[in-house]
Amino acid sequence: MRVAKDLVAASATPMVLGILADGESYGYAILRRINELSGGELDWTEGLLYPLLHRLERLGYVESSWRSVTGERRRKYYRITGTGLTELAEQRRQWDTVVDALKEIWRDRRPLTAVPLGCRA
Amino acid sequence: MTAEYAADDAAQDIDAAERTGPPDELAAQFAQWREYVRSRRELQPADVDELEDHLRGSVDELVAVGLTADEAFLVAVKRMGSLDELSREFAREHSERLWKQLVLAGGAGDPVADAGPRRDLWVMVGCAAGAAVSVKVPALFGLTFDDDAEFYGRNLALFALPWLAGFLGWRRGLRRPLIAVIVALFALGAVGANIYPLDEESQSIVVSSLHLPIALWLVVGLAYVADEWRSSRRRMDFIRFTGEWFVYYVLIALGGGVLTAFTAGTFNAIGNDPEDFITQWLLPCGASATVVVAGWLVEVKQGVVENIAPVLTRLFTPLFTAVLLAFLLATGRAGGGINVEREALILFDLLLVVVLGLLLYSLSARDPLAPPGLFDKLQLALVLSALAIDVLVLLEITGRITEFGTTPNKAAALGENVILLANLAWSAWLLVRFLRRQSPFAALERWQTAYLPVYAAWAWIVVFVFPPLFNFD
Repeated sequence: MRVAKDLVAASATPMVLGILADGESYGYAILRRINELSGGELDWTEGLLYPLLHRLERLGYVESSWRSVTGERRRKYYRITGTGLTELAEQRRQWDTVVDALKEIWRDRRPLTAVPLGCRA
Repeated sequence: MTAEYAADDAAQDIDAAERTGPPDELAAQFAQWREYVRSRRELQPADVDELEDHLRGSVDELVAVGLTADEAFLVAVKRMGSLDELSREFAREHSERLWKQLVLAGGAGDPVADAGPRRDLWVMVGCAAGAAVSVKVPALFGLTFDDDAEFYGRNLALFALPWLAGFLGWRRGLRRPLIAVIVALFALGAVGANIYPLDEESQSIVVSSLHLPIALWLVVGLAYVADEWRSSRRRMDFIRFTGEWFVYYVLIALGGGVLTAFTAGTFNAIGNDPEDFITQWLLPCGASATVVVAGWLVEVKQGVVENIAPVLTRLFTPLFTAVLLAFLLATGRAGGGINVEREALILFDLLLVVVLGLLLYSLSARDPLAPPGLFDKLQLALVLSALAIDVLVLLEITGRITEFGTTPNKAAALGENVILLANLAWSAWLLVRFLRRQSPFAALERWQTAYLPVYAAWAWIVVFVFPPLFNFD
């Protein structure tokens, strides 16, 4: 199953903020975590993740610091800020609204039987 | 693109079958990858570091599940996707990076990569200061701008251009023989400017002061092209440099004008007359230093932003063509010849220079392999109409010279006219051949670059031969 691009883009910010709310992390680990959480269904590209992290940093939702790991390798860690937590709460409220509404609509209905071709949902 | 690059690289080291630890080849691959990625201006060194860490994370994980280092690298790079796409995504978040290219001597980047530009900056500052000081050196010997204007006029090009040549020469790492040639030519220029007992009022002095800068600018060109002075491509680069330099000079001069206006205004407001400072120091030193600064700017930003001279060319070629054609029509209808006064002659010379400039700067920006198009036809129309006008002017002026005899002014103007006419006539011919697909576009470019020494030769002749020829009149 492929998640539509718009949906991925819309959900990217709360996902990243949510993961960082559990503790600081870095790009590759965030990507792995998302992959894990979605059971491999959400396959983000680097082109999505890093510019997003930079934008969140510019907006003040996260802050970053370079730290050296093994040898000469440096890694950029991201940490959520107070503003970031507020933003996450707000986004969560909005998502809850959307999800609740969808659940309400889909409640008591049998799953759609007409499955489009090429989609194994 | 990235994947292709990695595939090439991996093919070289098939036998790297070590399964654990980062082997040397892997380090080399990462180094190569870094270099490749850093060529993207959307990606700054910090981003490359971050992406490299990501790539390494990916490689480590793949190695852990049993791939060889080479395979892991290949897969990891492939997963990252095309560099074009990646840069595009970065550019969307960091669109300012496509604009703010001209960072003065780096900032947050690593010190090793920034050492070059920073040293350049210091050398440029030194050369600009040298140019500024040079203007004031004659003052030590009692020569003032007001009383010895003709001295400064004659030597104008000698104050700043050697410093610009020095800066370019330093950047190119010129070899000694070439340095000697350039120094000798500047010395020759100094001799030419000052050897003849020319009267302040004489025409020769004006003509010579106008031509020496041209001759010396081409010496700067020699410093620019350095060892590759035979190469047509490098000469074309110098033509590009000239156009951009001119644009920058004008822009900086405009800024300087604002600065001057504020200096004058604010100091006048507190009853302090800064006129002396402005005319004796700010303007001459600023103008001189700007020669070097503009040259440095072109060097630094080369290839970073689209060059502006070709853009102006595109804009003005149709407009000039329209004006020239209208002029031809009007002359035809009026029936009479062109009244060639001295000013008019210079005006028509300048017109040819402008047309040549339009031609040159559209050449410089054109893809040599592109097929002939509408713009090339437009260009031909421009050149042909300029030629037609010029023939009319030439007929007029030769008539006048045979009637009244010649002066340095007329002779110089006539000479220039003939040189430009020859250039444009042959260019027109090459353009026609190109439009008919009989000769490649490169022929036109080669013709223009091969012609550069002709300008130099003529300028030197005017400086050295004209004064005695016309009895220092």
